[in-house]
Amino acid sequence: MRDIWQRLPTRGKTFCLAALAAAIAAPLVADRYLLSVLILVFYFAYLGQAWNLLMGFAGQLSLGHALYLGLGAYTATALWTLFGIGPWIGVFIAIPVAAAAGMIVGWLGWRFAIEGVYFALLTIAFAEFTRIGFDHLQITGASAGLFLSVNSPGSDKWWNLGGGPLLYYYLALILAAAATLLVAWLRRSPLGYRWLAVREDPEAAQAAGIDIFRAKMIAMLISASMTAVGGVFYGFYYRNLFPSQVFDIGRSIEIIMAPIIGGLGTVFGPIVGAILLTPLGESLTALMQHFGINTPGAKSIFYGLTLMVIITLQPSGVWPWLARKLGLDRPRA
Amino acid sequence: MTALLTIDGISKRFRGLAAVSRVSFEVQQGDIFAVIGPNGAGKTTLFNMIAGALPPDEGSITFAGQQIQGLRSDQIARLGVGRTFQLVRPFPALTVEDNVIIGALMQTKTVHDAEKIARDTLARLDLFDKRAQIASSLTLPDRKRLEVARALATGPKLLLLDEVMAGLRPTETDRIVATLRDLNRGGLTILLIEHVMRAVTALASRILVLHHGAAIAEGNPEQVLRDPAVVESYLGAESL
Amino acid sequence: MTAITLNIIVQGILTGLVYGLMALGLSVIFGVMRVVNFAHGEFTVVAMYAAFLLFDMLGVSPLVSLLPIAAAFFFLGYVLQRTLVEPFVSRAEHEQFILLVGLATVVVNGLLLIFGPDARPINLPYSFDSYTVGSLFIDKVRVFAALGAFAICIALFLFFRYTRTGTAIRACADNLTGAGVVGLNVKQLYAVTFGLGFACIGAAGTLMATIADASPGLAPAYTLLAFVIVIIGGLGSMAGALVGGVLIGISEALAGFYIQPSMKSMFSFALLILVLVLRPQGLMGRRL
Ligand SMILES: Nc1ncnc2c1ncn2[C@@H]1O[C@H](COP(=O)(O)OP(=O)(O)OP(=O)(O)O)[C@@H](O)[C@H]1O
Ligand SMILES: [Mg+2]
Repeated sequence: MRDIWQRLPTRGKTFCLAALAAAIAAPLVADRYLLSVLILVFYFAYLGQAWNLLMGFAGQLSLGHALYLGLGAYTATALWTLFGIGPWIGVFIAIPVAAAAGMIVGWLGWRFAIEGVYFALLTIAFAEFTRIGFDHLQITGASAGLFLSVNSPGSDKWWNLGGGPLLYYYLALILAAAATLLVAWLRRSPLGYRWLAVREDPEAAQAAGIDIFRAKMIAMLISASMTAVGGVFYGFYYRNLFPSQVFDIGRSIEIIMAPIIGGLGTVFGPIVGAILLTPLGESLTALMQHFGINTPGAKSIFYGLTLMVIITLQPSGVWPWLARKLGLDRPRA
Repeated sequence: MTALLTIDGISKRFRGLAAVSRVSFEVQQGDIFAVIGPNGAGKTTLFNMIAGALPPDEGSITFAGQQIQGLRSDQIARLGVGRTFQLVRPFPALTVEDNVIIGALMQTKTVHDAEKIARDTLARLDLFDKRAQIASSLTLPDRKRLEVARALATGPKLLLLDEVMAGLRPTETDRIVATLRDLNRGGLTILLIEHVMRAVTALASRILVLHHGAAIAEGNPEQVLRDPAVVESYLGAESL
Repeated sequence: MTAITLNIIVQGILTGLVYGLMALGLSVIFGVMRVVNFAHGEFTVVAMYAAFLLFDMLGVSPLVSLLPIAAAFFFLGYVLQRTLVEPFVSRAEHEQFILLVGLATVVVNGLLLIFGPDARPINLPYSFDSYTVGSLFIDKVRVFAALGAFAICIALFLFFRYTRTGTAIRACADNLTGAGVVGLNVKQLYAVTFGLGFACIGAAGTLMATIADASPGLAPAYTLLAFVIVIIGGLGSMAGALVGGVLIGISEALAGFYIQPSMKSMFSFALLILVLVLRPQGLMGRRL
């Protein structure tokens, strides 16, 4: 851990500390709306880190991360509404459920040498399959959705995630910060090096003694588990779940936007991406409301265009470029 | 002397083409063993079978007393067989040092130690000053050296080198030859494919000649290089 | 087999041929350029709206507007390839994917903005007629759509087999460097290929509009459907796309009738997972 810190250039250390301090102090000045935007920023930064681990580091394109998000969300909320099991316990059941799903997807794909586009399509197929399954699963409300009631006993207690926006704000901040630390640490670990090797050239990685199947499975395990935690957050924050929303391919794409815009395979990319995208989208919504335009599609068109422009002009993302400009990238020893 | 590597009657066919047919030989512990032969003779295919990148159609491969045919290439690498690729395959977006650290992580569990091994290895191959460069920005000779460095950093008992001297200038060749001899003195067994005869004669204590997938001669350099069949099928053609 | 089951299977085959034509476009593009068109369903729905508008405003029957729309889509595909996709042909898979997902998002939400979320049906005078063959009742529109789809597929097969351009495109698909060496204009051929893929989309969308009501919500589902079909049939295999289309058509029809319409694509995905695991190259594909 100390190693990661020491590797940052001095200016980077200052920057990190300042950003963290600002984030901690933000609720003092931010109003409810701004707080809700910041919650989304951290939430997407967190999920972006989870996805980036698999794609940016291990090089495996998953377009079905909504599967793990949805399983995490449904497991924890269903445990609460059906059995009164709170989220702090529920999360430890949600993680293995999503991780198991990830293992199945990974095993089926990689054992049978399904790579690249084919693997990506397999991940979509599983997410869609599960979405339709949940659409018909009566115990979780099927397509009519699952709701967290606000007046069941204990639901207002913070340990059941029953608090106001402040609770969720700090929770999201902690999640994002912890995920970033974890990813930074993994990046410099033997495992991180193995992932990079697998991403760059699987055959050469094997020749260097790396069990590529194992390396990819571990990446999937961690990524799916982290995403499931994000799902638990999602479920209790929004307090309602619909299969057509939480398992949707649009959800999967939303998850991957921040790391792609920010910079695939970088530690800070997902954060930068989330900071850029979320407020942009929000201010666009506000702007449209201001002018009395009430069309849901416009925001998505903006996202679509952003994706196209960034990938055409800056395919390695904003962060590597920004880091160079600000002199924050690691001096090459 | 004991045989570190025993190849017994291995063959590989690609559709109709017999790329390697019933080749047998032994590499002794501590040897430098060269495989030569014209283009398309099946040398790389032979390597790929030893390293586990291709399963042989028949025959057996014994390394350090253990049958290894049918194992995955990473398992074989972990048993102590390091290899380079003829068409170099560095990890393109990573730095030279990170490339070699990945190799070194096979012998150690900590990145810290792997860094140390990587730096030593890079220094050995004259790449130390370029360690912060991105691998894809290297020149071809440097990339070939990087291949060797990465394979070497895994700490192999047997090093397979596939034409690592092709395209190098004579002085560069001599540097690598010296390095390899050095490593060999330190106990490393080397199996190399090479077209550069200057390197082969300088290094090899035994030579195997492949032609159309079959072994047509094997022995020490003086015998082999005078063999009329070898002169006709390989050396003659080369000297044209 | 009961008469009902037989009826359902025949309906499934007919719908499946239209699916097959749509998937053929995806397959042709991937087979030649190795680019997966993630905006496939979105453009299919654009074609459905085109057919709807021509019918609604000018009274042109989709069977008449079929060829003009296909031609317009050829042009659209050609231009898209030349401007947007060309720089991405040699880029990483995920970069191609992001470009096309971006495009798909723009297109589908553009449709939503312009037309709203409601379904737009084309009510032909014979929309509810059917042919009776023994115990079979077959929808007239479905027969026309299937025949149209089949005819266009055959035309495309013949194009690739017998014309100079078709042969040249196949040469590019087989061996890119070789094709460049013998002096083929690869960029031009890629643009034609993309155009042909889009012509398939245009035709399939027009025909689809006669058997399903156009709505933006269909778009992602059609993209996924096209993927499922070509992977089952074999990405890059033309015959595979048709076979896959028919298989999925039958599976959807049976699942829709005997289980629940809303669960029909679950079976398609299950079929896809099965094929990926047992035969990743698809039923008629070569191992890549
Ligand atoms: N994966 C493959 N599929 C089909 N044929 C192959 C494959 N790999 C090699 N071959 C063929 O097998 C024969 C032997 O190839 P190989 O690469 O082993 O030769 P080589 O001796 O290493 O030649 P060079 O000196 O050119 O490197 C050649 O005819 C080659 O075309
Ligand atoms: Mg070779």
